[in-house]
Amino acid sequence: MRTIEQYLPDHPFFAGLDPKAVAVVAACATNVSFKTGEFLFREGQSADQFFVVRRGRVALQVHGPAAGTMVVDTADAGDVVGWSWLVPPYHWLFDARAVEPTGAVSFDGACLRDKCEQDPQLGYELMKLVTHVMFNRLVAARVRLLDLYGTTKSTNPLLSPLLSETVISHPGATDAAPS
Amino acid sequence: MDDIRGMVLLLPGLQLLIDVLRESGWTVRGPTVRDGVVVHAEIESVDQLPAGVGDLQDGASYRLRERGDGAVFGYVVGPQGWKSLLFPSRELLWSGHRTGTEVDVEPADVDAPRLALLGVRSCDLHALEIHDTVLAKRAVPDAAYLSRRENTFIIAVTCSDPGGTCFCVSMGTGPVPDKDFDLTLTELVDQEGHRFLVQPGSDRGEHVLDELMTRAVGDEVLNAARTDRCAAALVGSKAAQRMGRSLDTDGLRDLLYANAEHPRWDDVASRCLACTNCTLVCPTCFCTSVEDVSDLSGTQTERWRVWDSCFTNDFSYLHGGSVRPSVRSRYRQWATHKLASWVDQFGTSGCVGCGRCITWCPAAIDITAEVGAIRSGEG
Amino acid sequence: MLRQAEGRHMLPGGAMVPRLFRLADRRQDTADTFTMMLEPTDGVPLEFIPGQFTMMSAFGIGEVPISVSSPAKVEGPLQHTVRDVGSVTHALARTQIGDVVGIRGPYGTGWDVEDGAGADVVLVAGGIGLAPLRPAMLDVLRHRQRYGRVVLLYGTRTPEDLLFTDELKRWENLGVEVLVTVDYGTPSWTGRVGLVTTLIARAGFDPRSALALVCGPEVMMRFTAMALIKRGLSPDRVRVSLERNMRCGVGLCGHCQYRELFVCLDGPVLPYARVAGLIGVREL
Ligand SMILES: Cc1cc2nc3c(=O)[nH]c(=O)nc-3n(C[C@H](O)[C@H](O)[C@H](O)COP(=O)(O)OP(=O)(O)OC[C@H]3O[C@@H](n4cnc5c(N)ncnc54)[C@H](O)[C@@H]3O)c2cc1C
Ligand code: SF4
Ligand code: SF4
Repeated sequence: MRTIEQYLPDHPFFAGLDPKAVAVVAACATNVSFKTGEFLFREGQSADQFFVVRRGRVALQVHGPAAGTMVVDTADAGDVVGWSWLVPPYHWLFDARAVEPTGAVSFDGACLRDKCEQDPQLGYELMKLVTHVMFNRLVAARVRLLDLYGTTKSTNPLLSPLLSETVISHPGATDAAPS
Repeated sequence: MDDIRGMVLLLPGLQLLIDVLRESGWTVRGPTVRDGVVVHAEIESVDQLPAGVGDLQDGASYRLRERGDGAVFGYVVGPQGWKSLLFPSRELLWSGHRTGTEVDVEPADVDAPRLALLGVRSCDLHALEIHDTVLAKRAVPDAAYLSRRENTFIIAVTCSDPGGTCFCVSMGTGPVPDKDFDLTLTELVDQEGHRFLVQPGSDRGEHVLDELMTRAVGDEVLNAARTDRCAAALVGSKAAQRMGRSLDTDGLRDLLYANAEHPRWDDVASRCLACTNCTLVCPTCFCTSVEDVSDLSGTQTERWRVWDSCFTNDFSYLHGGSVRPSVRSRYRQWATHKLASWVDQFGTSGCVGCGRCITWCPAAIDITAEVGAIRSGEG
Repeated sequence: MLRQAEGRHMLPGGAMVPRLFRLADRRQDTADTFTMMLEPTDGVPLEFIPGQFTMMSAFGIGEVPISVSSPAKVEGPLQHTVRDVGSVTHALARTQIGDVVGIRGPYGTGWDVEDGAGADVVLVAGGIGLAPLRPAMLDVLRHRQRYGRVVLLYGTRTPEDLLFTDELKRWENLGVEVLVTVDYGTPSWTGRVGLVTTLIARAGFDPRSALALVCGPEVMMRFTAMALIKRGLSPDRVRVSLERNMRCGVGLCGHCQYRELFVCLDGPVLPYARVAGLIGVREL
C-alpha cells in the first residue's frame, strides 16, 4: 500500500495541487478504515475531521421523527466527506455511515485549519478545491430539489416529509446539501 | 397582356358564371352580409353579394360602410378565411364500437363537396397555398384536406380598396392574384359602367369561359377591350399604394430568433387576453387537437379533430405543467412561428398580411407594431 | 394541382386511424410503471427502430405518445413501458389481458446507435427514460463485438423506482458498466445516492469518440449533456430524446413545435448540438 503522501496527488480532490502543499497537508492525515455499518461520524458530534474516500462507499444520512432515516448523498472512491470542520461551531449535521467496507484518509480538522491560518496561500488553494466540490454538490442538490423524475406514487412514506418546504427551509438545510 | 384571354362580364354575366358553375355541379360559396359582417355563404344569385358595401378596419375595429357605388367586391376580407371550408373546425376522424373485448374502428367518410370559391383575395390564395404545403405536401398528408382541396374551383378577385389592417404588399402576397386560381376577376366601376374583367388561370377556367361565351345571349359577356385591361391593371397598382399597415420582413427570421428574451414580449403579454381570436381568424393557423367522445356505456367512441390554439395553456401541456405557462411565451411562440420558424419549416412566411389578427384582436394587438418595436429595440 | 400520391397511407381518416393491438401480457415494473406486451390483431408486427414512439389509444379516453421499449427486429410482442401519471396512462394501466388498445406509428427519429460502432457507447437514463433506451441497449448487446465499452448511467428518484432491475444485472454480466444512483435512499439501500450527472466523471469511456444517448426529464438531459461535453464529448455525439405535447405524431397538429422543430418528425431523438441553443430558452 502506498503512503498517504504517494496516494494523495492521485486523488481527484487533490489533482492540480502543488506537491509541496500536498506534503504539508499530508502531515495532518492518517489512514482509517470502516466496516460495513460503522459510522465515520454522527450528527451533533464535534467535527474535527475531513475524509478522502479511497475505496468503499459512505452514506450521508439524516433522520427525523416522521421521515425516519434517509440517505441524502453517498461518497465513493474519489469523493470527499465533510466540511463542517471548516465552519464554526464545527459540529456534524449528518451521520456518515460506511455502507461497504470503506477505506479513507482522515485529516485532522484543527491541524488543517492551523496550516491554513499559517500559510494563507495554502489556505486559499485548499479553499478553492473545497469550493469546487461544494459547488458541484450544491448544484446537484439544487437540481435534485426540482424532483425531476416527477411526483411519485412511490409507496415509501418517508419521502413526502423530506420534500416538504418545512424541511427545505430549515436553518440547517443550507449547510445540509454540501455536507 | 394581350396574350392572356380575357372577357368582360356585366353583373348579369357574373350571374351567368354562377349559373354555369352551379349547373356543372359546383356549390358556389361567396361573400354576403350577415350581422354586420361580410361572411361566406352559398351564393345562388348576385343579389346576395354585398353590393355597395365597404368596410373600415383597424385594430380591434371592423365596421361596414356604404360605398356609394354598386361594387360587390368593394370590402376587403371578413373574419372568415376559406380555411373552415377546406379544413373544418371540427372533423370526425373515426368511430369505434366495442363488443366485449373486441373493438371495431371505422374511418370517417370524408365529405368533400365540389366547392367554387367566389371572391378569393390574393392574400387568401397565398394562405391556401401555404395550407397545401403544410397539410397536403407532407410525408403524411391530411387526407381529408387533400380531397376537399382537389374539389375546389377558385375565382379570385383583385383587391381594389385595401383595408386599414392590410399589409399583403409587405408579405409579397398581393393585392393582385398571380397564380393558383381557375378564374380571376377585376371589378371595374367607372364611367364605362360596372363590370368585371375575367381571366382564366387553368384549363378548367378556360372551359368555363368557353361555356359562358356560348351561353351568353345579350351583351352580358364581351371580349375584353384594351382599355378594360388597362383599367384593371390600374386597380391593382393603386391598391398596392394604399396598404393600411406595413411590415419590414428583411432579416425577420433572425431578428425574432435573436430576440426571444426581448422585453417587448412582456409588454404584449400585459395586453394580450390569450383569447385565441387571432389564431381562429388567421387563414394559415393549422394547429389542432383531438377529442375522444364516447357514450355513457363506453361502447361507442368517436375521435374528433378540432382546431386548437397555441394561446391556450393546455396546448403545450406535459404531465406536471405546461411548457408555455405564460402569455408572454405564447404570444412569442405565435408571432415567431408565423414570421420566423415557418420559414425554416415550410420555406415561406406563415403570414400573408391579411390583417385579420389585428382587426379581430379585442386588445388591438398588432403583429406589425409588435415586430416593429422589436426591430427598433423598443421595450 | 395536388394529387394523392401513390402508396401513401391514405385512408379517409388518414394516418389518424389506429391499428388494433391486444394486450397479451403485462408486467408491473414499479408502483406506478408497467410494461404492456401487445400483439397486433391483424398479425402484422409493427416495424420500428429503437427510439421511436407510437401514439397509444385507450378507446374513449384519448391518445398519448409512448416510446417502444421492446427490441427492434426481434420476434415477439410489441412492448410499451408506461408510467401511470394521468387520464390516458391510467386507462392504459387498467387495461386487462385480452383487451384491445389502438396504436399508430411508429413515429419519429431513432437513436441510430449504430453510429457508435467502433467506439464506446454511453447510455444515460433518468426515471422512465430507461424504457426508450432499452431497445438501443438490446441492439448494442446483440452486436456487442461492434462496440467498445458500453456504459449505462441510470438515475431514479428512489430505489423503488428502478426499472428492469433483473435486466440491469444481466446487462452487467454481459460486460456493461452499469452505474445506478437515486435521489433519495433508504437505509437499506447500499447503492449510490446523488444526481445522475455525478456518474459521468466516474464511468470508463473514451470521451473523444464515445456516442452518448440521453433520455430523461429535460432538465436532467440538459445537465447531463453539459457534463458529457465537459468530459470531452462533442455536442453532436450526444443525443437527447425530447418530450412535447403531441396530438398526431406526424407534424400536422402543431403541438410539439420547438421553435422550428417538430419534435415528432425531427425528433424525438436529436443531437444535442441541434438543440443546445433552444434548450436554455425559458418557455420555448
Ligand atoms: C416522444 C415521447 C415518448 C414518450 N414515451 C413515454 C414512455 O415510453 N413511457 C411513458 O410512460 N411516457 C412516455 N411519454 C410521456 C407520455 O406521453 C405522457 O406521460 C402522457 O401523455 C400523459 O398522458 P395522461 O393522459 O396520462 O396524463 P395527463 O396529465 O392527464 O395529460 C393530459 C394530456 O396532456 C398530454 N400530455 C401530458 N403529459 C405529456 C407528456 N409528457 N408528453 C406528451 N403529452 C403529454 C397528453 O395529450 C395527455 O392526454 C412520452 C412522451 C413523448 C412526447
Ligand atoms: S398572422 Fe395575421 S395578418 Fe398574418 S396571415 Fe395570420 S391573420 Fe393574416
Ligand atoms: S393577440 Fe389579441 S386576438 Fe390574439 S390571443 Fe391575444 S388578445 Fe386574443
